[in-house]
Amino acid sequence: MEVFVQQLINGLTLGSIYGLIAIGYTMVFGIIGMVNFAHGDVFMVSTFIALVTLLIVTTWIGISSVVIALFIVLVVAMTLTSLVNWAIERLAYRPLRGSFRLAPLISAIGMSIFLSNFVQVAQGPRNKSVPPLVQGEFILMDGGVYQVTLSYKQLIVWAVTAILLAAFWYVVSRTALGRSQRACEQDQKMAALLGVDVDRTISITFVMGAALAAVAGTMYLMYYGVVNFNDGFVPGVKAFTAAVLGGIGSLPGAVIGGLLIGLIETMWSAYFSIDYKDVAAFAILAVTLIFLPQGILGRPDVEKV
Amino acid sequence: MPEISTTSTGPQFGPVFKDAAATAAISFLMFLPLIGFITVQDIRNVLVLDTRWTLLFILVALITAGRLAYTLVLLPRSARRAHRAPAPASPIVAAIGRWFTPFVVGFVIVYPILIMGLVPGGALKWVDNFGIQILIYVMLGLGLNIVVGLAGLLDLGYVAFYAVGAYSYALLAKTFGFSFYMLLPLAGCLAAFWGIILGFPVLRLRGDYLAIVTLAFGEIIRLVLVNWVDLTNGYAGISGIPRPTFFGIPFNANDDGFAAVFGLPFTPIYRTIFLYYLILALVLLTAFVTIRLRRLPVGRAWEALREDEIACRSLGINTTSTKLTAFSIGAMFGGFAGSFFAARQGFISPETFNFLESATIVAIVVLGGMGSQIGVAVAAVAMVGGTEILRELDWLKDIFGQEFDPGQYRMLLFGFAMVIIMVFKPRGLVSTREPSVALTERKMISAGMVKEGHG
Repeated sequence: MEVFVQQLINGLTLGSIYGLIAIGYTMVFGIIGMVNFAHGDVFMVSTFIALVTLLIVTTWIGISSVVIALFIVLVVAMTLTSLVNWAIERLAYRPLRGSFRLAPLISAIGMSIFLSNFVQVAQGPRNKSVPPLVQGEFILMDGGVYQVTLSYKQLIVWAVTAILLAAFWYVVSRTALGRSQRACEQDQKMAALLGVDVDRTISITFVMGAALAAVAGTMYLMYYGVVNFNDGFVPGVKAFTAAVLGGIGSLPGAVIGGLLIGLIETMWSAYFSIDYKDVAAFAILAVTLIFLPQGILGRPDVEKV
Repeated sequence: MPEISTTSTGPQFGPVFKDAAATAAISFLMFLPLIGFITVQDIRNVLVLDTRWTLLFILVALITAGRLAYTLVLLPRSARRAHRAPAPASPIVAAIGRWFTPFVVGFVIVYPILIMGLVPGGALKWVDNFGIQILIYVMLGLGLNIVVGLAGLLDLGYVAFYAVGAYSYALLAKTFGFSFYMLLPLAGCLAAFWGIILGFPVLRLRGDYLAIVTLAFGEIIRLVLVNWVDLTNGYAGISGIPRPTFFGIPFNANDDGFAAVFGLPFTPIYRTIFLYYLILALVLLTAFVTIRLRRLPVGRAWEALREDEIACRSLGINTTSTKLTAFSIGAMFGGFAGSFFAARQGFISPETFNFLESATIVAIVVLGGMGSQIGVAVAAVAMVGGTEILRELDWLKDIFGQEFDPGQYRMLLFGFAMVIIMVFKPRGLVSTREPSVALTERKMISAGMVKEGHG
């Protein structure tokens, strides 16, 4: 029982991170029907931006308050990662709009290879670790041998994720910007005829996806304390799995899918085999796509001639 | 970066410089954290920051200059070109087009002899790293071309079949001592078998979904190879794989070795040249089989499937079995390439068969202009040969200092090239196709008129 509760807590934390990345996939797929393969690497770039900012804030400027430091890191990482993703969309995807169907996917794969190797060349291939920022924990259950704990950093991950998801949900469902996004998702040509700037809306979608990926990146850095240039691919695929599982194109689906994937991964590692935990994620991806391609919350896709 | 309006009098300089300034500002901010700073570990193993302002400013200046050149020179030129009608193909170009394929085949046949004559000392490296290495990728590209180029199914996990072929050869040859020539077809069959197993559930998916599921399968096979240590020896890989023999005569320095039997002095180059011709024969076989298959009903069904799946189904083509044949025949050639690879290296480990490898093969097929065989060869030379060349550029060390390692930039440039080629030539390098069926006369079809498949 204690083990289960503990894994539940760990899984929800990991799942929040996956959920944040998954939103980037699901939004881009919803609006331009493209699997943004480089999104996992954008997440990885954001962890490095967060790492550099954190080092500047703590060692150069010397801010000792963890809350202020984290806030600055979060804002800087969100801004700069958004800028990077905006530039990627302008350079690598926008010229391909209206080109043949596989072109953006190939371009995104190239961008993914480029980003991870760029970080490897620029920052070196080694693991980069920082001392833990936030320490301390609540003890929820004490079963004698095994204590169930909820650490402060897990609480921070939950809180930040919840706040940003709420803000994001507000933007998408209550503002003019969100309305034009949903319009583009349904019918780009019609939206353009009705005065929606489609290119700008797509750019903003990429920016928002990157900003949420940067939140995930900052949380990842704070939670694990280690980043590596290679950390984009596997979390990226898992987040994509989450997006597919929740129903691609559906925003609440992405979050639910992320939480589910996080839970499945931690439970699998705890009860079955830690070696095969990535196999579990990939297998879920394959099984979902084959048997439930519309996901949990997605609409079934009608085939048109 | 606002759009630049170019009038007939030339670009206006105000917006151009505003644009350049914006480029400079954006690239400065983008590269500030990752280029401007570098995280290094100090003596106490704590991460600290170093700055690289010079590098940052050089990079920003280069990007701004590139953007300026683009807006001032390239944009007006392409705007002018858009008004002009496309020039008709000159007879010289047409002649080159006709003789190109025979010339390439002739060239690759004499290549090792040519190299031995030109660089007697370094011939081994040139035949091995460039010849064999590129031909393996041509073979993989041709195999995947059946799946992606002809049947229009994007397979991002093709490397799984390459791995199946390699591990089949390695394990069977080491355990039972079967010869290469016996295991080569067997490895191909096993890979085709796996193609059917993996293909069966996924082939009702379309487009991007199919791509992602094949990616997942590719990764699952790699992870199983990593974790099933009893069978595959995990990360450590399998070493001491028997090398192919010259029809029973081994390539070694013994009395019954190749050199001794033919009365030649022993050098390792004989084996390399033999392997070169072996893979060349496999490549030509693959190309020949593909050309013949395109003429068969099944090949026509593949291409019809690529163009329009729904039309195919309404014409009574069984799409599942059509897709399965494409998938398994493609997988079979991947298996051949895999067992050749294991025999050539003598050592395999799961890390060879990662996603990057699949992406490379897909890149070769797509950049070659999907469906074009000569395009696959050109793209393989450009992408694999081009990145191999980077390993040779040691003279760059004299300019940039000793710690500069051009090999580091291999994959960086590879990814960059993929994006650039997609942006400027999304139809690939060789983007015309000969129709496989023609009523009266054959015309080359420009890629713009060919629809892609819906996998």
